[in-house]
Amino acid sequence: MNWLEGYRSRELCEALINEIHHLADRPLRFMEVCGGHTMAIRKFGIPSLLPENISLLSGPGCPVCVTGRAFIDQAIYLSGQAETVVCTYGDMIRVTGSSDSLEQARAEGNQIRIVFSSLDAVELAKSKPEKKIVFLGIGFETTAPGTAAAILKASRQGLKNFSVLSAHKLMPPAMEGIISEGIPIDGYICPGHVSAITGTKMYNPIVENFGIGCVVSGFEPLDLLQSILMLTRQVVNEKPKAEIQYSRAVKPEGNPDAQKIMYEVFEPADEWWRGLGILKNSGLKPKPQYREFDAMEIFELPQFNEREPKGCICGEILKGLKTPHQCKLFTNTCTPANPVGACMVSSEGACQTWYTYEGKN
Amino acid sequence: MCLSIPAEVLAIQGDEAEVSVNGNRLKISLMVLKNVKPGDFVLIHSGFAIEIIDREEAEKTLEIVRLMRTDKN
Repeated sequence: MNWLEGYRSRELCEALINEIHHLADRPLRFMEVCGGHTMAIRKFGIPSLLPENISLLSGPGCPVCVTGRAFIDQAIYLSGQAETVVCTYGDMIRVTGSSDSLEQARAEGNQIRIVFSSLDAVELAKSKPEKKIVFLGIGFETTAPGTAAAILKASRQGLKNFSVLSAHKLMPPAMEGIISEGIPIDGYICPGHVSAITGTKMYNPIVENFGIGCVVSGFEPLDLLQSILMLTRQVVNEKPKAEIQYSRAVKPEGNPDAQKIMYEVFEPADEWWRGLGILKNSGLKPKPQYREFDAMEIFELPQFNEREPKGCICGEILKGLKTPHQCKLFTNTCTPANPVGACMVSSEGACQTWYTYEGKN
Repeated sequence: MCLSIPAEVLAIQGDEAEVSVNGNRLKISLMVLKNVKPGDFVLIHSGFAIEIIDREEAEKTLEIVRLMRTDKN
């Protein structure tokens, strides 16, 4: 992949930085809503390359961070049931529910496995017909097609012991939620791999109804700088639109195969987001014809509360209202080794990326 | 979490492909991306190919910035 080396070229990045400095004639606030961008922006030191009047905010773009504690409690509860094995992506394992994390529950003997792919959970169900395999469906539009594919595969194979506990979420309702809460932003740096699946059509209502530009960005320094330049141009020219900077991976129409499989299996449902509460049609649950694969339907789950840890301001950080430095727990009692809130647990969380790349102050 | 890594497709069998990620070989699913052929570079996310990386587009993006730089100099 040497042909991608140019995306880290100092000379080309400098040209973009100069142009941004030249154009940015007013205060500008751009928000990214993708954990990969949160990480890349801090890792490459992008804020330090921008004029002082451009602020970059982190939004609700880390699925692990926006997933409710009640979901973790449900997963732990299921993993403690006889003959039940919970399969999850590694990202979720250290996030705490109301008291424990999946990792702690596993140490206490609960059946929890980390899988690389949703299909590994299907394979496990096939090889262990005596067990009930529950896969935790976490993630945005990038990940949901894979979960849908797992349900389809289990259905085609006639498996009766595979189900999904879905906390899948859709990006646009959260982006609109941020705007509806009155958080002032001048443009969205849109998630690259979510958009590879969805295309750009879903951003049109944000442009048309709120006049806020949306640029789909890649993850290299040149990608991020070019996206910031495109958004700056849109504001200066007063022409907000949905554009693609990451054109090597994102087509305007997205990936129709993935969309088809996702909506064959799932339908939109109301979903709870940390910081934003319940957002209408912002989640995905299996359609009635796939109900036998919906863990919510086939298990009796107790009600759990969405209580946040004392002093934790993850909710406000996820909305871009506060930065990690404004949290009293940050670096004191909350560190990557001993995280209190989800934003410190995840390597894509705003708090962990600040801790890693910005230091304590 | 939406992290995706580029991989080169080496061989295809049904809805599975063998790919190389920096020389490491692994099997991935083509259930959510059809029309892939050996030699393509694809983005891999949690065991699935989700999109083909378009080399021409990659070059075009760089060219836009190169031209911008030349115009200024």
